[in-house]
Amino acid sequence: MDFKLTEEQQMLQDTAARLVRDVYTFEKRLEFSASDAGFSTEFWQQLGELGLTAIPFAEELGGFGGGGVETMLIMEQLGRGICLEPYMESVVLAGGLIGQLGNEQQKEELLGAIASGELQASVALEEPSSHYNLYDVQTTARQSGSEWLLSGRKGVVIGGHTAGKILVSARTAGDVRDQQGISLFIIDPNAEGVSRRVYATVDGRKGCELFLDNAKGELLGTAGDAYDAIRYQSGRAIAALCGEAVGAMRTACDLTLEYLKTRKQFGVPIGKFQVLQHRMVDMISELERGTSMAILAACLADDKDSEERSAKLSAAKFIVNRAARYVAEQCIQLHGGIAMTWEYNGAHYAKRLVMISHQFGDDDHHLEAYSNQLVVA
Amino acid sequence: MEIHYTAEQIAFRDEVRAFLKQELPADISRKVKLGKHLTKADHERWQQILSRKGWYAPGWPVEHGGTDWGPVEKHIFDEETSAAGAPRTIPFGVAMVAPVIIKFGTEAQKQQYLPRILSGEDWWCQGYSEPGAGSDLASLKTRAVRDGDHYVVNGQKTWTTLGQHANMIFCLVRTDPEAQQQRGISFLLIDMATPGITVRPIITLDGDHEVNEVFFDDVRVPVENLVGEENKGWTCAKYLLTHERTGLAGIGASKAALSHLKKIAAKQEKGGKSLLEDTLFRAQIAEVEMSLMAAEVSTLRIVAAASEGGVPGAESSILKVQGTEIRQAITHLMRKALGPYALPFLPEELELDYDGEFLVDDYAAAPASTYFNMRKLSIFGGSNEIQKNIVSKMILEL
Repeated sequence: MDFKLTEEQQMLQDTAARLVRDVYTFEKRLEFSASDAGFSTEFWQQLGELGLTAIPFAEELGGFGGGGVETMLIMEQLGRGICLEPYMESVVLAGGLIGQLGNEQQKEELLGAIASGELQASVALEEPSSHYNLYDVQTTARQSGSEWLLSGRKGVVIGGHTAGKILVSARTAGDVRDQQGISLFIIDPNAEGVSRRVYATVDGRKGCELFLDNAKGELLGTAGDAYDAIRYQSGRAIAALCGEAVGAMRTACDLTLEYLKTRKQFGVPIGKFQVLQHRMVDMISELERGTSMAILAACLADDKDSEERSAKLSAAKFIVNRAARYVAEQCIQLHGGIAMTWEYNGAHYAKRLVMISHQFGDDDHHLEAYSNQLVVA
Repeated sequence: MEIHYTAEQIAFRDEVRAFLKQELPADISRKVKLGKHLTKADHERWQQILSRKGWYAPGWPVEHGGTDWGPVEKHIFDEETSAAGAPRTIPFGVAMVAPVIIKFGTEAQKQQYLPRILSGEDWWCQGYSEPGAGSDLASLKTRAVRDGDHYVVNGQKTWTTLGQHANMIFCLVRTDPEAQQQRGISFLLIDMATPGITVRPIITLDGDHEVNEVFFDDVRVPVENLVGEENKGWTCAKYLLTHERTGLAGIGASKAALSHLKKIAAKQEKGGKSLLEDTLFRAQIAEVEMSLMAAEVSTLRIVAAASEGGVPGAESSILKVQGTEIRQAITHLMRKALGPYALPFLPEELELDYDGEFLVDDYAAAPASTYFNMRKLSIFGGSNEIQKNIVSKMILEL
């Protein structure tokens, strides 16, 4: 048991922290968010140049062979700056799925490009009625000659509007909620039969709905067998999101603490009031719980698939969701009116923190998942 | 970063498990698991077993009869003994006064008291709180006045846990009434058999006799029973409180209680199914289990930092709050699991030699009483609000 970072990990953390600090000022972030891409394509390139997009990939693919801890360290720093780039979607999730399911040619073609940052990929797993259950797939794929044609609607594809490739889950057999019969396809978003409705998200990002009408897809892995990989890789995505949340919570706590020390009312800094002191301690307490679970998730993210791994990742997301919401709400409350404005940084942290729980399962979803797997013996 | 134990740590855990399987008396662990009353003899029997093995005082330096365990090993030991249903170590001697004597005591005090703690000859209790000094401990009024080779002690202590069993008490007393609060306090060791000491039971809200009031009426205490310097007792008190707090998260005890909760829920029925199969109840168990998981990782983080030489500071205050809230949540669920049968008050069923018919089952008499008893967790050892004050001051600098 050991919670220390190795020298390499420490360097990785410093590199990511420096980059975020240098680029992601509050004003810059608002600019990036308002741009067409909804994030900084320049920052994305820098992530690639510094090797940060290559971290989780095997060395023979140009990567660094990093694991869950390395991913957490990067995500935590991205969270510190509430960075808008689809790192989790492209590097962790799309990269992970291709790595697990892809044939040699697909891996060679796509993973190197994702690792260098040259290709930004995205993943379309949710649908209007799936509600975090990623086996609930109504989009279909049918074989026509040597081609697969996909039809249906995928929802809230973060980074899907700028992606060079999108991985799409579609049903090739079975009933709507069967875990068997789900396949993954690589689609070209500009291909015939693909249309997108692009929108901004509440937390300042951009995403899209993906409408597929007999759109051509390239099969990833074997037909009908993709769900295990989707579940496993969404576990890695959960761990990454937990890391991001910890970073964002830490900054939200820093901002709030600073405000308590500087804002004066009734002739004293408001941090002199015990009720606010205790609330601040409760925020730190939630941050600590969240940090512990993000570490646990990071340590398990790349373990062999098992019920225990899934249950613990659910527990991590549950605790982190709750912590993130608490920190977000109290950050606004303790700041008072100022945090109700678009111009105040803390408000944007609060929004991202709450929205993290709407990706890969809210607390109800993970409470149910954990409860179903409760060890009772 | 590595969340799993090393091979050596796993081997140590297996050694502890094997020892517990072999040596922990079944009647005692049964009592503990069912929340029944432990007698003084039960505690003493278990202490003897641990002492023989050399495991009664894991926190002490080896030369005084401790172990060479690091924080991780101590944590494993705590977790395994709790899981097995071993009685919790009564901390007042081995884990509270002893570290103070080792740190601040004279050689003579170490020679006299430490072996007697290890052997179980002395049962210590704690004389800190007073009727007018609870969270504001430094406002204590019990007076000790120097008279030749003695201090003459007058005053009253309260909430003295298991004082009815004790033959020794360590006390915070005021030796300089003129000095500001913390400065005029001294740390005294007092033989409970000294004339002028009266112990009166306090019956707690669950009907149990666990705590007492202790009255001092012209009690003559030899000056060599002073630990550290006169008027510097607060230093000892603070040192002891840090020691106390690190163990207060009670992760091992909560894990054992959670497993007992699952057993109760498996037996209690609702709508033709066990409560364990009831979606709502099961989800509540799941929720507290996840919180416990987080608190356990936080504990391990503190433990790991401590084994690198770090000193657990105010973060153990956060953990005390989290840990006690979790334990209380578990007792809340245990009480709820009984439904209307939480109401019958049947203290006789808590005695292990009870040979009547159980109204419900052997587990059913304890939970409601335990629930009320466990409200103490967020009050003692520095109330949870005091812990938040500590974090606010020490970490946040507010």
